[in-house]
Amino acid sequence: MSISVIVFLMFVVTTLGITFWAARRSRGASAYFAAGRKITAWQNGFAVAGDFMSGAAFLGIVGLISLQGFDGFLFSVGGFIAYVTILLLIAEPLRNAGKYTMADVLAYRLHPRPVRALAALSTFIIVIVYMIAQMISAGALVKLLLAGSGIGYNTAVVGVGVLMMTYVVFGGMLATTWVQIIKAALLLSCTLVIAVLVLAHFGFHLGNFYVAASRVTYHQQGQVVIMDFLRPGLRYSPPDGPLDLISLGLALLFGCAGLPHILMRFYTVPDAPTARKSVVCAMVLIGSFFIMTSILGLGAAVIVGPDYILSHGGTNMGGPLLARTLGGEALLGVVSAVAFATILAVVAGLTISASTSVAHDLWVNVIHRGVERRVNETVFVARIAALGVGAASIVLAIVLGPTSNSGVLATLAMAVAASAHFPVIVLSIFWRRFNTAGAITGLSAGLLGSIGLILVSPTFMGIDASIAATAARHLFQTRAWFPLENPGIVSVPLGFLGAIVGTLLSQERTSDSKFNELMVRANTGLGAEQSIAH
Amino acid sequence: MKTSAAYPSTRRPSEADWNRIAAGARFRHLLSAKKRFIVPAFVFFLGYYLLLPVLAGYAPSLMSTRVFGTVTLAYLFALSQFAVGWTIAVLYLKASSRFDRLVKELLEQDLLERNRPEQPGDLRRGR
Repeated sequence: MSISVIVFLMFVVTTLGITFWAARRSRGASAYFAAGRKITAWQNGFAVAGDFMSGAAFLGIVGLISLQGFDGFLFSVGGFIAYVTILLLIAEPLRNAGKYTMADVLAYRLHPRPVRALAALSTFIIVIVYMIAQMISAGALVKLLLAGSGIGYNTAVVGVGVLMMTYVVFGGMLATTWVQIIKAALLLSCTLVIAVLVLAHFGFHLGNFYVAASRVTYHQQGQVVIMDFLRPGLRYSPPDGPLDLISLGLALLFGCAGLPHILMRFYTVPDAPTARKSVVCAMVLIGSFFIMTSILGLGAAVIVGPDYILSHGGTNMGGPLLARTLGGEALLGVVSAVAFATILAVVAGLTISASTSVAHDLWVNVIHRGVERRVNETVFVARIAALGVGAASIVLAIVLGPTSNSGVLATLAMAVAASAHFPVIVLSIFWRRFNTAGAITGLSAGLLGSIGLILVSPTFMGIDASIAATAARHLFQTRAWFPLENPGIVSVPLGFLGAIVGTLLSQERTSDSKFNELMVRANTGLGAEQSIAH
Repeated sequence: MKTSAAYPSTRRPSEADWNRIAAGARFRHLLSAKKRFIVPAFVFFLGYYLLLPVLAGYAPSLMSTRVFGTVTLAYLFALSQFAVGWTIAVLYLKASSRFDRLVKELLEQDLLERNRPEQPGDLRRGR
């Protein structure tokens, strides 16, 4: 048995043990959806960091830096800095005023049914796009890892899907959180080891490392080129590059604060001060991780070389190939297994957030107007929904292949979150006049605007040479109507504009008392959901 | 919603209670203290962060200036974002310990109000 299989099996056995333990402890909705609200600040910090240090981030961003240098690193900076938004504006009010989903805060003083229905829909869309990004990473890994082992891509995907459903259905949020904590620790250690090996390769002389990074040699259209990977402009060059960069910056900055699987984590801690501390813990971990991605990415560019990366697995494989060059098959095995565990954990987190939204928002609050007809009906429905989401993602992963960079795709999911979720969350917490019509128009404008622009962007539109591989072909064979890859610069303001115009045009007056109640709750934690007693 | 576990015998806050707290001086003080920290911190970090893509996009030659050896201004500026993020986080943790104290005082005051024995004709109770 290869090292990667052994490491991965150890992870699987441990996490299944945790799931068994969590299933025995889990009684009732608050235990299932919010881990009983007893997760500590550091535990949640690791889990939040783990949710964000996804397969797409680890493989995708390291891959981008290894091929495009500094411009790829901007993904890392934006991902980290987004947590300042969450820290200052989102985490505490959300924990104080909500219960299980972000729609709880929206539904507070607006008409709950239309708002929850639309929020559940956009949650679902964001989760699915993010899930595709993770699955593409999995596909790329499996191709490299299992070449010649006899285990096919489809078998591996079904395996991952079944494991993820097991965690979520039986272990709920408690198991999902611990899977995420263990994975975050594994991924951080692994990244640290590779970063140290990269520096050791240069005799721990940082200057030499950066000299090499400023002279990366590879082939471009048959010509040998020498590029400075510490300069900006390799990915985002004029005319549209600069705007695309700012657009990406906005999407990252506000997108994280709208990602349902990350927001849900703040319900698992006992109170708002713990939520706040957990964001800071997460920032320490994520920051260290993302700084190291620049060492890994530049290291892969220098030590492995863009030519080799492109011909051996493509844009997502910079990290694993670097591990193989530095530490042989053993390190590649460990890294691949950890990357696989990463994908598994994030996909489980995505699944529980989507299934919670289906059960709590759609089933109980929209369809049955907030009444549970049987004991633990919400949990039961969430388990069924998790099976559905799991099955859907398995099918999606099999239909889609490792076609494009997963870091870019994950960023597009964030653009949707930044445009649809962030404006309405912020306005419902901070704007007294905000009303149901505004929430509906804001959510719709952000959702339709971002998805529409992505569909007509260069990601999906372009004219390919007839010899291009089928998998890499653009969906629409025409010149892109919208020049930017990332829609954020248009769609985030569109989301805000939709929410504000919708509010002002509507006759509806929201209750002053309800806003006072939300303000007091959000800022003091009075009446907030308590953690369950032992 | 359950009542706060810390005050099990207290009745739940009513609409009148929420309005009373929201209009109270302590709550207004808390909000303005939070605003005084959060608004400048948010605006500063937003500007500092957006400066990175703006400069990297529109002033690539400036950002390619080498500062130490081959290390560019762009790379150092990107690294400084982490330092700024961490600094804001630490400052916010410090500031929020004061917010937590204000909240604690406010809730203790509110508890006294809500535990006051009911008076005939007491209108504070709401519906």
